[in-house]
Amino acid sequence: MKLVGESLAAIRGERVVFRNVNLEVSAGEVLTLHGPNGAGKTTLLRVLAGLLNIMQGRLVLLGDDNKAITDERRDQSVHFVSHQDSIRSQLRVRETLLFHAALLGAPAKAVEPALRTWGLDKLAGLSGGLLSAGQRRRLSLARLSLQPRSLWLLDEPMTALDAASRARLTEICQAHLASGGMIVAATHEPFMGDPKSLYLGPRK
Amino acid sequence: MRTFWALIRRDVMLGMRASGGAALSAAFFALIIVLVPFGLGPELAGLRGAAPGLFWIAALLSTLLGLERIIQPDTEDGTMDLIRVSPIPLELACLAKIIAHWLTSGLMITVLAPALAPLLNLSTEAIPVLALSLLIGTPALSAIGTAAAALGSSVQRGGMILALLALPLNIPFLIFGATAVNKAQGSDDPTQALLLLGAASLITLIVGSLAAAAALRITDE
Repeated sequence: MKLVGESLAAIRGERVVFRNVNLEVSAGEVLTLHGPNGAGKTTLLRVLAGLLNIMQGRLVLLGDDNKAITDERRDQSVHFVSHQDSIRSQLRVRETLLFHAALLGAPAKAVEPALRTWGLDKLAGLSGGLLSAGQRRRLSLARLSLQPRSLWLLDEPMTALDAASRARLTEICQAHLASGGMIVAATHEPFMGDPKSLYLGPRK
Repeated sequence: MRTFWALIRRDVMLGMRASGGAALSAAFFALIIVLVPFGLGPELAGLRGAAPGLFWIAALLSTLLGLERIIQPDTEDGTMDLIRVSPIPLELACLAKIIAHWLTSGLMITVLAPALAPLLNLSTEAIPVLALSLLIGTPALSAIGTAAAALGSSVQRGGMILALLALPLNIPFLIFGATAVNKAQGSDDPTQALLLLGAASLITLIVGSLAAAAALRITDE
């Protein structure tokens, strides 16, 4: 699998957020996006997730056979965890994750293992409104464990997480890469050693 | 299909648990009906004549209440993004939202109305027709409201404004519904008005789902 973007540009409203962005991520690789606030990291992730139309340039997700993956199957290959966590105070932790499983098309039996993986099993009966910022973060990251998908798009994945949870996230991401997955993460701090990174925004 | 049911289930749960959800909608409906005799005076003949129209006006107004929670919270908290990249077509997702809204508004009203009918001295023969007209007519009110809410979802508090602007679209249902109940009360045959109401309601359900999905696609840009 491979994700290739060539001279991508995005316009939000009247403003050009970024232009001429090139990126390439192969199986087993992590790409970190750096840059100041408002540089377009989230916008780029939304473009990669297929939530925003591409204004310019070319973006393809290539399958193992080097053929481009069509839009519908593309949605099935991507996990997008944004800073909007889709958690409602009226729904319990387990109910939220069950709903997310249904949206992903993942089986309901994947929910319990995912809760355990992210240390949420003791909180499963708690309503979403009572969660701390770090717990909310873990609940939205738990979507990653509901269904295997090759491309993970993570927006500020480390925010609000404590040391133990950060270690767990890194571990889970490493396992994902080891199995041939790809990760694109927008972050303000080093993420998994930053082996490959892309700087957005004005040149330093 | 599982995604479809999950969407309905979640929205119904949210509707039942949220303040300003199903309970408020039902209470608002009951309040209007309870207040009318105080406003119009206890003259039984007058109440009876006005009852069909009043029930339908109350139904229309109380379905407006829940509109803001159909789409807007989902656009704000990122759920709409997840729905858009999920395997379910956006049109079906919108239909699920309409059904969930109806279950927590129109259906509650349909169940409540017969119990409230004596308050407005509605004739006994007309009570089943009132319930039936609400049962088949209120889904259309949810459909129109959902489409309007989708169009206004990108604007803060925009859902409610557009719902009010879309209010004229609800008027045919008010007319057909009230006419059916009036006829039943006047010992006429309400079948024709009910059939018209049902047909218009079905069409509106489909058009509403398509319109809501189209609106969501436009407003995202």
